[in-house]
Amino acid sequence: MEKMIKKVDLIFGKVDYMDILEKVLQRTRDEIILDVIDSGLRGRGGAGFPTGLKWKFAKNEEADQKYVICNADEGEPGTFKDREILTEVPEKVLAGMALCGYCLGANEGYIYLRGEYNFLLPSLHKAIDEFHAKLKDLGLDFTIRINSGSGAYVCGEETALMESMEGKRGEPRNKPPFPTSEGYLGKPTSVNNVETLVFALMIAKEGPTKFKEMGTFDSRGSKVFSVSGDTPTPGIYELELGMTLQQFVDEFGDGDTKAVQVGGASGFCVSRKDFKDTLIGFEGIPTGGSMMLFNSTRSMYNILNDYLEFFEEESCGQCTPCRVGCQQLLKGIEAVKKGNKPPAYLEELQKLSDTMRIASKCGLGQSAPNPFNSIINNFREEIIY
Amino acid sequence: MTKVKELVKEQAEKHGRERTSLMPILQAVVKSEHYLSEEAMEAIAEELDLSTADVFGTASFYTFLDTVPRGEYVIRVCKTITCHMKGKDEIIDTISDMLKIKLGETTTDKKFSLLQANCIGWCHKGPVMLINDEVYPEITPEKASDIINEYLKKG
Repeated sequence: MEKMIKKVDLIFGKVDYMDILEKVLQRTRDEIILDVIDSGLRGRGGAGFPTGLKWKFAKNEEADQKYVICNADEGEPGTFKDREILTEVPEKVLAGMALCGYCLGANEGYIYLRGEYNFLLPSLHKAIDEFHAKLKDLGLDFTIRINSGSGAYVCGEETALMESMEGKRGEPRNKPPFPTSEGYLGKPTSVNNVETLVFALMIAKEGPTKFKEMGTFDSRGSKVFSVSGDTPTPGIYELELGMTLQQFVDEFGDGDTKAVQVGGASGFCVSRKDFKDTLIGFEGIPTGGSMMLFNSTRSMYNILNDYLEFFEEESCGQCTPCRVGCQQLLKGIEAVKKGNKPPAYLEELQKLSDTMRIASKCGLGQSAPNPFNSIINNFREEIIY
Repeated sequence: MTKVKELVKEQAEKHGRERTSLMPILQAVVKSEHYLSEEAMEAIAEELDLSTADVFGTASFYTFLDTVPRGEYVIRVCKTITCHMKGKDEIIDTISDMLKIKLGETTTDKKFSLLQANCIGWCHKGPVMLINDEVYPEITPEKASDIINEYLKKG
């Protein structure tokens, strides 16, 4: 069988990052930001906001202090690529942060590292110390510190992350104001995913054309995927965007794949019949990298139950649609399974999930309905019987 | 001055007394004391000029900032989807049998606590568990038993 998927090596390849920075710093901030915009790079954490625009907004703010934050609070179930990037090429992440700092006019950067990755702290501190010493030689004033998380999924949401850094409960803020105007400590802040920062560095190095030529109109470039579940080859792969789910399953499936959860617990479940027509990307189903494969031995009820339990526990509880909604979706499918509620109750729950999507304050409550609806719609009989 | 108060003071000296210092101080106290006692939270509130309720409110938000006593070694077995599929229940049963504690409990000698955690980012190498900050991927019941035995030997 012909392998249709193109593997790429922008993220994990070793580069002389000081050489890149030295060359890049000879260009103006506007030129670099324009290149990042032109490349079409969109945030790799999952939300997909155009990175260059984010940098431009933060750059255009007048402020005595600005901040760069690297979001390493990788908590989406099925995602583990940022850990690998921070393990294998931490210096590229640091250089990406310094690049962002240069573009914004910020001299302080923070890595918000999830508590589950605390074992990375010694190696990261070492990399940061070396990096600081080299920056001094370049004459660039930029300092990086690490903040540790303490086991809260919602802190991956950028405003919750900043609340946590400020020493508060990690409850998302209202937007606007957006972080690019009022972020950490009320100052303009660019929060970028680990992988995004490395891509930005590589785009600054090679120019936007090479990146732009890969992928599709809405999903340029490549992306690091975290592949897990029923697959003979679980792991981390950087692949060109624009493939269909069928191509993905042909490469990674075990021959009996009945469904793929694209985008983690907050993403969508796609069943076998739709593999061919589903594009992995922003015009199809976007993903922060999480790809979980399930074969026909798996109970989709158990899978949905796991996801809903996850959201019920991780909802910050601040807004009612999410706090109550996550709980009721979980209780609801349990009641239907046990026969305490009729199957038609699932439609009631789907109405509730519509409310959650519209009325929840942040992405958690807005996206918890995704696995619920896509699994109910594709595997209704497995939920009821 | 009690030991906890001294620790809090020392951490406040190290991290500063700003609100932004609260998380690192809470984390340091949990690391050393294995939980945040009322006394610790009161001491932190005093050092940082916050209300104790505010300190408790912040701490109780975070799963890893325990406000009930935990053991010296906190075992967190990942329970989310892939680890569930790959057999986390057998791992928990094995450890539970060895240490004679159920999920959520702490051994009477205060050495181990057995907990579950939501996805800890090793789905391709599940089942996985954390013991404090150490990661143990691709565990089997046999491996889990060897690992716990190693910790038991640590005295």
